[in-house]
Amino acid sequence: MAAVAIQGLGHPRKRVEDARFIRGKGNYIDDMKLPGMLQVDIVRSPYAHAKIKAIRTDKALAVPGVLAVITGETLKQYNVHNMPTLMSDTQMVLPLDTVKYQFQEVAAVLGTDRYTAADGVAAVEVDYEPLPVVVDPFKALEPGAPKVRDDKESNHIWHWEWGDRAAADKAFDAAEVTVKENIYIPRIHVASIETCGCVAQWNATEGHLTLYMTTQAPHAIRTVVALITGHLGLSEEKIRIVSPDIGGGFGGKVPAYPGYVIAVALSIVTGAPVKWIEDRTENMAADSFGRDYHISAELAGKKDGTLTALRFKTIADHGYTDAAANPSKMPAGLFHIATGSYDFKNAFVEVDGVYTNKPPGGIAYRCSFRVTEAVHTIERMADLMAHEVGLDPADFRMKNFIKPEQFPYKSALGWEYDSGNYAGALQKAMDMVGYKELRKEQAEKRKRGEFMGIGISSFTEIVGAGPSKDFDILGLKMFDSCEIRVHPTGKAIARFGTKSQGQGHETTYAQILAEELGIPADHIKIEEGDTDTAPYGLGTYASRSTPTAGAAAAMAARKVRAKAKKIAAHLLEAAEEDLQWEQGKFFVKGSPDRAKTIQEIAFAAYTNHPQGMEAGLEAVSYYDPPNLTFPFGSYICVVDIDRGTGEVKVRRFVAVDDCGVRINPMIVEGQIHGGLAMGFAPALMEEISYDENGNIHGSNFTDYLLPTAVETPKWETGETVTPSPHHPIGAKGVGESATVGAPAAIANAVVDALWHLGVRHVDIPITPPKVWALLKEHGAALEE
Amino acid sequence: MDKTELPWNNPVVEANASAPAARLGQYAQPPLRNFGSIDPYNRISREAKDMIPPPFEYQAPTSVSEALALLGKNPEAKVLAGGQSLIPLMRFRLASPAMLVDLNRIGDLAYIKEGEGWLRIGAMTRESDLDQSDLIAKKYPLLADTTHVVADPLVRNLSTLGGNLAHADPANDHPATMIAYRAQIVATGPKGERTIPASEFFKGPFETALAPNELLTEIRIPAPGKGSGGAYVKMERKVGDFATAAVAVQVSLAKDGTLERVGIALTNVGLVPIQASAAEKALTGKKPDDAVLRQAADLAAKAAKPESDARGSEEYKRALVKTLTVRALRKAVARAQGG
Repeated sequence: MAAVAIQGLGHPRKRVEDARFIRGKGNYIDDMKLPGMLQVDIVRSPYAHAKIKAIRTDKALAVPGVLAVITGETLKQYNVHNMPTLMSDTQMVLPLDTVKYQFQEVAAVLGTDRYTAADGVAAVEVDYEPLPVVVDPFKALEPGAPKVRDDKESNHIWHWEWGDRAAADKAFDAAEVTVKENIYIPRIHVASIETCGCVAQWNATEGHLTLYMTTQAPHAIRTVVALITGHLGLSEEKIRIVSPDIGGGFGGKVPAYPGYVIAVALSIVTGAPVKWIEDRTENMAADSFGRDYHISAELAGKKDGTLTALRFKTIADHGYTDAAANPSKMPAGLFHIATGSYDFKNAFVEVDGVYTNKPPGGIAYRCSFRVTEAVHTIERMADLMAHEVGLDPADFRMKNFIKPEQFPYKSALGWEYDSGNYAGALQKAMDMVGYKELRKEQAEKRKRGEFMGIGISSFTEIVGAGPSKDFDILGLKMFDSCEIRVHPTGKAIARFGTKSQGQGHETTYAQILAEELGIPADHIKIEEGDTDTAPYGLGTYASRSTPTAGAAAAMAARKVRAKAKKIAAHLLEAAEEDLQWEQGKFFVKGSPDRAKTIQEIAFAAYTNHPQGMEAGLEAVSYYDPPNLTFPFGSYICVVDIDRGTGEVKVRRFVAVDDCGVRINPMIVEGQIHGGLAMGFAPALMEEISYDENGNIHGSNFTDYLLPTAVETPKWETGETVTPSPHHPIGAKGVGESATVGAPAAIANAVVDALWHLGVRHVDIPITPPKVWALLKEHGAALEE
Repeated sequence: MDKTELPWNNPVVEANASAPAARLGQYAQPPLRNFGSIDPYNRISREAKDMIPPPFEYQAPTSVSEALALLGKNPEAKVLAGGQSLIPLMRFRLASPAMLVDLNRIGDLAYIKEGEGWLRIGAMTRESDLDQSDLIAKKYPLLADTTHVVADPLVRNLSTLGGNLAHADPANDHPATMIAYRAQIVATGPKGERTIPASEFFKGPFETALAPNELLTEIRIPAPGKGSGGAYVKMERKVGDFATAAVAVQVSLAKDGTLERVGIALTNVGLVPIQASAAEKALTGKKPDDAVLRQAADLAAKAAKPESDARGSEEYKRALVKTLTVRALRKAVARAQGG
């Protein structure tokens, strides 16, 4: 029999989960059908702010198959009409008397099937008295603005600041050059292909709840459910959360949504399994959004282009409740990564959270908590400063980068960057794209009246939350976990506190363990998502799985190896210190023939273990990372502008990423391709906006424009490898780098194309009408 | 399960009358365009959010006469062709027809035939069949261009030419193309067939010259002579989107190279497809040099009646019509000169 390959680190192992996905055999929430299962559908508000005068349910209850209609009053009897958000704000499950945003839940209808429930929803009659609406966070802060929250003093939620304000102000006063710009990062939605949903199954006999749900963080959700419902006797040991296959999370499946609570309540009362599944409009219009930051940004520098100081002042629109999913101590997430790849001596950032009549949220859309907002701003501002001092944007970046010898680097905003070689990544991207030739071509084309632009984004991310001293969610420290059991025949199962939503954990975690133990990856089964079996962990988001659970995998494997060494010493009748490890076996130093393979050792662990030692070969690790990891990269985008239509055509896009050691280069490549498409999207197409009455625009895929393979360019990817010095295998997170880094490259390219006209900034998404208006304003629109 | 067992079924009833439900009603209601923007009255209805249709009756006749009989007896019925517009409207509960009359089992309504000076296309011919037809690719470039940008390939596998025209969404692509071609639309009713010029077929958004008891059965396009060419140029935000604006052009050149016949029509810049008659006239008899094309494009832009919406401002769309008209004319003339 041919030896099975180990397929450890660096192996482009095919994704094991694809065997079921490409055959249509995945198991998603809406695939679940339990015997006697009922279905819930939700009545939602047409108004962004209104008093509920009456809810009449008689006609709905007359619909054959409709079993119940519940309202906030119903839930109030059990004190579950409200629930805490992850930021310890209050979110209504169902309202008692007012609605605060369009499409908010108003009542829920339970029916025997999805159609019946929908007919019931259509028959519920609600009388509303519209109230004044505020959608603009700046207006919300003005005196006399409509008050969003009756339980709060004003629309101002919190103020957060970081850095040394006085030192930054002083540096600005002394600056030779300053640049300033107002940058809006619009509200967008993760729009994962699978919407949110659950099946709640209450076992009345045993007093036990199983909740199958689309969650990125099953364990944290279990604890949250216990906190919400503990007073009803539903304590944590009676709750099992199962997260089956998930069709995309991107941060949108971190929070708890009212639908989950409603389904649980209805299952407990009826004793039947209850399914809740959103349709697309509900998903887009009611679930947590991403971004929505209004940033007033300033940079200071010297005439020679040396950056000296940074000041960002930000208004954060959170909708009617702060339902962001940040580490608890960080209301603006990791926005203080704002100094990016540059060596600033002084920096100060401040953010004010504001309530408006819009859906709640502020989740980290494929981003490690507000990092995209920070990166987009610093990268746009870097271009502004470069032009201001007359330097090419590439030269300007090279001049201001943190140098490789400065790592570990302490930033002005307090982070300790682990490792980096920013100039190396940018140089590689410039070589790949042919930067000098492109600048020549641009100059020639400009003479002929053709507009092309070249945009650079040299981003630094901060991922892998996080060290327990600073990072928690509702008090839960942000470690993550791996538990490994090696079977007698040398095969293994490993379980994790994270939950894959497309990241390929079943493939890559096995590779880490294979590397560490020498057991072939194909012989290691990976399981996640069932809180009854998996060790506790904080889940998968913010590019944290590899930095935390991936590290836990290596640490657990090393514990297994330590025990294996003792067993090997026993089997080889040698002293432990005389044994040497080579992938897959221990041998006696100097006598390579005297060896025991990991499989032989595993067998002995159950059949011939040393006296005085416990049998079995298992380990668990709860990994508390000593620091975050700081992946980085340089992207270069080339665009051509159609002066007749305002269309931006992305001609080239070169992406050089450095995420440290790559566990599976094929999966990293796939992550980058997907991330680039999700960075392209908000740069050119996606936005959720509201009219002054709070009516949403962008609640379905006709209005919310997801790019396809037709719109996106051919991605040209490259890599440099700068290992993380503190991660057990030198890896950093990568799932979000491209989403974070790409928009600025595209925006910079468009502004670069129009710079000679006097254009200095354009907010994303950069749509054809927006570009055409700029061309027209500067007398450059071509009406053929 | 008996609903009386449940503790919550005590409806809250108050004396004051219910606020009028924001019914969007039948999908033929004028302001409702491009069902994706489900909010024409600046508010949503409960009905608008649901992806599940209310109950309806379903009939699947196997002949045109049977279908006509059903339509005659059921004025509330809607005809189901490819279903790519009607079914989404029903799923959003924006349309709730009492009955669907499904034409998909009528075998003889799908064909592409040329003869006696006409290209005849059966109403149930799928968009993908037009897309893959060699005859259309070679001889009818305007139709080939158009069919290639209708929605996306998955939709085109089911959607039909007859449905695209009879639905009369001002954002649909074929209406302008048929006007530019000077096509005839065949309506079959209880008393037999009649033909309607495409330019007289579209009466308003989602409104046509068809009587409730008539079926659109065939489309007839005049076979182009030598020196003819056409083009459809569409600006869309992404593949599969409705046009921000689009322009259909069909031209024939005389032997001396002047423009003999010119058809120009505009998509989604008004409540109906717009025939740019002044632009057509200005070009007829002229040599198609760039200055002349630009003048005509000016006239086409003047004929447009766009409204500001998510796809762009009124000003932008009007400028776009000008740009797209010039580009479509250049392409059509080049094709006419080449063949």
